[in-house]
Amino acid sequence: MSRATATDLVYLIAIVGFIFALIGLSSPKHARRGNQIGALGMLLAVGWTFSLPAVYGSTRNLVLIVVAVVIGTAIGVPAARFVKMTAMPQMVAVFNGVGGGAAALVSVTEFISLGHGSIAIYKIVEILFGVLVGSVSFSGSAIAFAKLQELMTGRPVTYPAQQPINAVVGLGILTLLLVTIVTANTAVLVVVLLLSLVLGVIFVLPIGGADVPVLISLLNAFTGLAVAASGFTINSNLLIVAGTLVGASGTLLTRMMSAAMGRSLPNILFSAFGSVITATGGEGGDPSRSVRSGTPEDIGVLLAYARRVAIIPGYGLAVAQGQHAARELAEALEARGVEVYYAIHPVAGRMPGHMNVLLAEANVPYEELEEMDQANSELPTTDVALVVGANDTVNPAAQNTPGSPIYGMPIIHADDAANVVFLKRSMRPGFAGIDNELLYGEKTTMLFGDAKDTLVKLVAAVKSA
Amino acid sequence: MIGSVGPGLMGFITIFVLAAFVGYEVVSKVPSILHTPLMSGSNAIHGIILVGTMLVLGQAHGAAQLTLGFLAVVLATLNVVGGFVVTDRMLEMFKAKPTERPAPQNPQGPDTSSGPPGGGAKQ
Repeated sequence: MSRATATDLVYLIAIVGFIFALIGLSSPKHARRGNQIGALGMLLAVGWTFSLPAVYGSTRNLVLIVVAVVIGTAIGVPAARFVKMTAMPQMVAVFNGVGGGAAALVSVTEFISLGHGSIAIYKIVEILFGVLVGSVSFSGSAIAFAKLQELMTGRPVTYPAQQPINAVVGLGILTLLLVTIVTANTAVLVVVLLLSLVLGVIFVLPIGGADVPVLISLLNAFTGLAVAASGFTINSNLLIVAGTLVGASGTLLTRMMSAAMGRSLPNILFSAFGSVITATGGEGGDPSRSVRSGTPEDIGVLLAYARRVAIIPGYGLAVAQGQHAARELAEALEARGVEVYYAIHPVAGRMPGHMNVLLAEANVPYEELEEMDQANSELPTTDVALVVGANDTVNPAAQNTPGSPIYGMPIIHADDAANVVFLKRSMRPGFAGIDNELLYGEKTTMLFGDAKDTLVKLVAAVKSA
Repeated sequence: MIGSVGPGLMGFITIFVLAAFVGYEVVSKVPSILHTPLMSGSNAIHGIILVGTMLVLGQAHGAAQLTLGFLAVVLATLNVVGGFVVTDRMLEMFKAKPTERPAPQNPQGPDTSSGPPGGGAKQ
């Protein structure tokens, strides 16, 4: 078997490993095994690549490669191991961005080494695609990171002449793409790279913090496509397939998330442009309306003598680091024979599925985590819906108030339960900045305070009830 | 123009289209409970760009190519290593019901260098 055939075979095995990694994610049971198979495939592909003359041919270059891999590993492993689970979305943004940057750099470097004049037009197109999409992903992810890490405001950033500036940058890139195709000039390509970085920044700035997770998913797809483009450039099936798998999965995930928010993708990406967001009643609740608030002891009794309790967690729970307290409450209730399940909205948290990860971290068994549709079919027979740190995802306005910013978003029907209890800091509205009718509902009781403290008090109340 | 594409290009395009369908099919079976690991797991997979960066740096000449190539390998390694480790950490936490002791045991399989066992389950 020739070396080239062997290489193709090894890379094919790696590809199969990646597909198994994705298949594994169809159930929590074998997801981890799948990911390990994927990592093994990656290790195999990278290890084999070291045996290729193209890599070890020049000792100087080989040393550079090894040093670069060591540096990347030395930064990546600690960062990945010690990041808090609440900070996971921004970490994913970083790892995604660097991948996009690497793809863009591969395309640029390949362009330089191919030299001028003799490059086929389709090759230049592939390179330009990799540079454009990879750079947008890199700088866009950097801004997304800054927003999630709260290094900058999470609100949509708007500035004067925003649309004209976007138009100028867009047209500039388009023109330069054509110039590059005609002239195959390296300097022009570098300008394309720089302008693409600018494009990534101005593309992400106007997107609000609550929508950034959808954006990261989209940028993930972008990086996948940039990697596939690099694969076309350097004639590698491995890069094309792996990049395309990610491009397709990222696209699908982005679509599912927009559906879960009841909005179209263009609306999420471009809603801050030109439109004034009118938050109805976003000042922190209507003071003229009364709410019923209870004590932890009251609620403890209510919970302890219920047959079935749904816990509906939101990001507020994670902010208060109350996941463990929530699990303790569930266990205390289960010890009394109360049936407990968690109703999880697909966009609860800062990332799709983020809430599941945060609860898994607190050792909540995944069988107790119910997806929205399943939970909604069970809520009418549930005695108490305990809403912890969530708001918009249970807001009936999404169903019955046309014109509300969240109108059309599927929600968890907490109001179907016999009783609703809100654990909330204050009457402040949620992310979307809109008032929640449910807070004033007849069967609703408010329990004000820090989610974690309140949960701890509830555990004590349930135990003594 | 169409007539001038290289001989292998059509093959690459075929693979690209088929891979897109495979990706779409496979991922549509992922439950929403695992969407965050899906994002970081697929993130790790596009770290395969590392292979591309190695090939490019291996054949780089001149300061510009060497610098860009070096940077590319560092970034791609970060992508691969970070992606797989973070995903492994997350998936390790998803446990089924009968778990009295949360012991990070992994009896079932080969571990890989990029997925260290017992990832920081620090609470």
